[in-house]
Amino acid sequence: MTTPIAPDAPITAPMPAKRRVGVLGRLLKRPLAVIGLIIIAVTVLGAIFAPWLTAYDPNEQLFDGLTLEGAPLPPNAAFWLGTDLLGRDLLTRILYGARTSLIIGIVANGAALFIGTLVGVTAGYFRGWIGGTLMRFTDLMMAFPALLLAICLAAVFQPSLWIVAMVIALVNWVQTARVVFTETSSLAEREFIDAERTIGASTPRILFRHILPHLLPTIIVWGTLGISTTVLLEATLSYLGIGVQPPTASWGNIIFENQTYFQAAPWLVFFPGAAILALALAFNLVGDALRDILDPTQRGRA
Amino acid sequence: MLTVSGLTVSVRGEEGERAVVSDLSFTLARGETLCIAGESGSGKSMTSLAIMGLLPQPQARVSAGSIRLGDLDLTALSEKRMQAVRGNRVAMIFQEPMTSLNPVLSIGRQLIEAIEVHTNLSGGDARARAIEALKAVRIPEAESRLKQFPHELSGGMRQRVMIAMALALKPDVLIADEPTTALDVTVQGEVLELLRDLQREQGTAVILITHDMGVVAEMADRVIIMRNGRMIEQGTITDIFERPQVDYTRELLGAVPRMGSGRAVASGKSAEPAKPAAVAEVRELHVRFDLHGGFFGRVTRRVHAVEGVSFSIAPNETLSLVGESGCGKSTTAKALAGLLPYSGDIAIGGRNLAGLGRDERKAVRRDIQMIFQDPYASLDPRMPVGDLVAEPLLIHGIGTPKERTDRVAALFERVGLTVDQMERYPHEFSGGQRQRICIARALALRPKLIIADESVSALDVSVQARVLKLLKELQSEFGVAYLFISHDMAVVENISDKVAVMYLGQIVEMGRSEQVFANPRHPYTKRLIEAVPVPDPARRRTRFARLDSEIASPVRRVGDPPAKLLLQDVGDGHLVAAH
Repeated sequence: MTTPIAPDAPITAPMPAKRRVGVLGRLLKRPLAVIGLIIIAVTVLGAIFAPWLTAYDPNEQLFDGLTLEGAPLPPNAAFWLGTDLLGRDLLTRILYGARTSLIIGIVANGAALFIGTLVGVTAGYFRGWIGGTLMRFTDLMMAFPALLLAICLAAVFQPSLWIVAMVIALVNWVQTARVVFTETSSLAEREFIDAERTIGASTPRILFRHILPHLLPTIIVWGTLGISTTVLLEATLSYLGIGVQPPTASWGNIIFENQTYFQAAPWLVFFPGAAILALALAFNLVGDALRDILDPTQRGRA
Repeated sequence: MLTVSGLTVSVRGEEGERAVVSDLSFTLARGETLCIAGESGSGKSMTSLAIMGLLPQPQARVSAGSIRLGDLDLTALSEKRMQAVRGNRVAMIFQEPMTSLNPVLSIGRQLIEAIEVHTNLSGGDARARAIEALKAVRIPEAESRLKQFPHELSGGMRQRVMIAMALALKPDVLIADEPTTALDVTVQGEVLELLRDLQREQGTAVILITHDMGVVAEMADRVIIMRNGRMIEQGTITDIFERPQVDYTRELLGAVPRMGSGRAVASGKSAEPAKPAAVAEVRELHVRFDLHGGFFGRVTRRVHAVEGVSFSIAPNETLSLVGESGCGKSTTAKALAGLLPYSGDIAIGGRNLAGLGRDERKAVRRDIQMIFQDPYASLDPRMPVGDLVAEPLLIHGIGTPKERTDRVAALFERVGLTVDQMERYPHEFSGGQRQRICIARALALRPKLIIADESVSALDVSVQARVLKLLKELQSEFGVAYLFISHDMAVVENISDKVAVMYLGQIVEMGRSEQVFANPRHPYTKRLIEAVPVPDPARRRTRFARLDSEIASPVRRVGDPPAKLLLQDVGDGHLVAAH
């Protein structure tokens, strides 16, 4: 069976390597994607190098950080983004807070995405009692108030950053699961999946090579949307006292600590809010570009 | 009645405006049937949409020319005035009776609404008119049908409702866009006959848009042949069929598969006395689907999709399964390909699949490959076609990567594609090319049997002819056997060595191609053959085979299996069910 039919047929370059190089290359050709990548890089670098970028300690209540009346300072030469109610430097807190928020936005959100995809694909492809059980469980989770669940979980475990991340992942996977389930079950009905079975493709092969690539756009969209959702959910948990414990900074808890003083000191809400928005937007831009690049039908017809 | 002059329809795309119909002129007289024939992309549907004022907005527009209905210029009418014309003076029937009726409204409501919009009739009068229209299209028990919903009717019935709706207002012009393409042949015959009768009674002018030259020969007074948006020939029906002036028309007519022109090789081949071992042996194949119903979701009814089908296929032989939709032919193919659970015995190359373990079964299954109906749906759009063709080799661990690439390249050349197309994606190819890719993919494992499930039905006739030719060549080259599934009797007669006719999940007649076609014994086979439109206006039939009732349903209550049909040999292996 292994004899080649025509040994002298012209050979084309192996495709996969070429394509992989192409993805990053094509990403860099899109201005919007480049902007997104830059924002993400700046955030990551800022979080890593926070101690070297700022002269202040994030939790230190600075003597000259408050007015004589005890009010926070607006942005000025010494404190570029102003200070908060306790006289801490806001820029420093946002830089350190990026560590928490990136972990939540990427790790917790990524875990939620992973669980959701796993459940959705399994239920959508196998159907039957496995699918039924998984989806009923998902519906149950959806009907259950997410915040209440998070509070229960957080009360059981000692609050720490990683526990918070886990709690958020356990609450946030349901929407992804639902959407992935619907798409998988319609994909599984498509004729090309039958065609794969007739050539003897194994179930893992069908799932990983033929179903997952089609789910990527959906997963990317949910992943980027999930970043702002999870960052804010963490803030909510902090606000209720079960999130990241003060004085550790996170973008969410900076907003929540200061929201009641919004009219007197708007910068305290504006800057962390802008940071969340910029990060979510950046992931959105990259995700959008990635989705177009990975879809061969979006490329021009030859 | 209707005058179209210099009609040009342009579509705005990424590269600016492009004319999809250019400079088309024709006239249509009262009571006349004009057929517009052409292959996909020829602009025939765009023409009909332009006349209806239904061009897809905002991309398409009439950029030049006029369409006059009597002394009304339709292209100059406002949308509001066009609405009064539409349905009332010009009506249209679409291809898909499944999707052109609103599924959540009863047919009575849809019919009455259409009547009320355009006339002053109301309530009881509109209802009476609707019943009259349903009776005109020969729908039995018209009054009770008004309460039914589209899903309760068969495809043929739905298309009749569409015709009733179109004709209820006695329009001057009726445009029928591929009205019978989605229907079974016997139903197609009825619908065509109905159209002809109604036209005779009401004097409606009909524009019939079709790709099927058989339908053209059956229906047309005059014919327009279109290609790439241009009219390339027009004339009376006899002119076009007997004295075509343009090469393209001749090619188009030449490509049409004809009944009664079965190849002589068929008899030569089957005359071989020594019968080689069968590639596939199917014994008493049953496929049933349970329907759950009642309060506790118990199995109350079953679909008896395939009921005790037996056949065998020898190497280098083509067996065709024919029958109308719902007869179980595709289900048989899917069971054979391992896509559906079944009961009964399937033996491939002498090994019964039932007794094998998983890995052995996978190895045996390698010998059966399948080509699907819709080449647009059966290739993963996210994989380069070269990888798709190489995939079966990869899965079964055949060869090194380099050997695989070589083999795929050779396959590409063999099916008429070029090696540099391997890196492209499925959407970059036309329907015919995609079907060639599917063929290459099916051939990659050198199977003993290829199942072709309606594999050429979605293709234009000229493309269809070339793909059929390729299939025949590959058969003589590789000695592969085909199980060919089709509803198209003419195609079947041209490609098959043996034919099995299926009805309600059972085989009613089976024999060599020339036995079944020259000497059909079962009434159902006879009706199927009679119903095929003949692409020859001189042999136009006056009466079509008529179905008196709806086709029986394969859905039965539990514990009430259908009676098994016994096949009798009427001579030389020609099997016919008792009837």
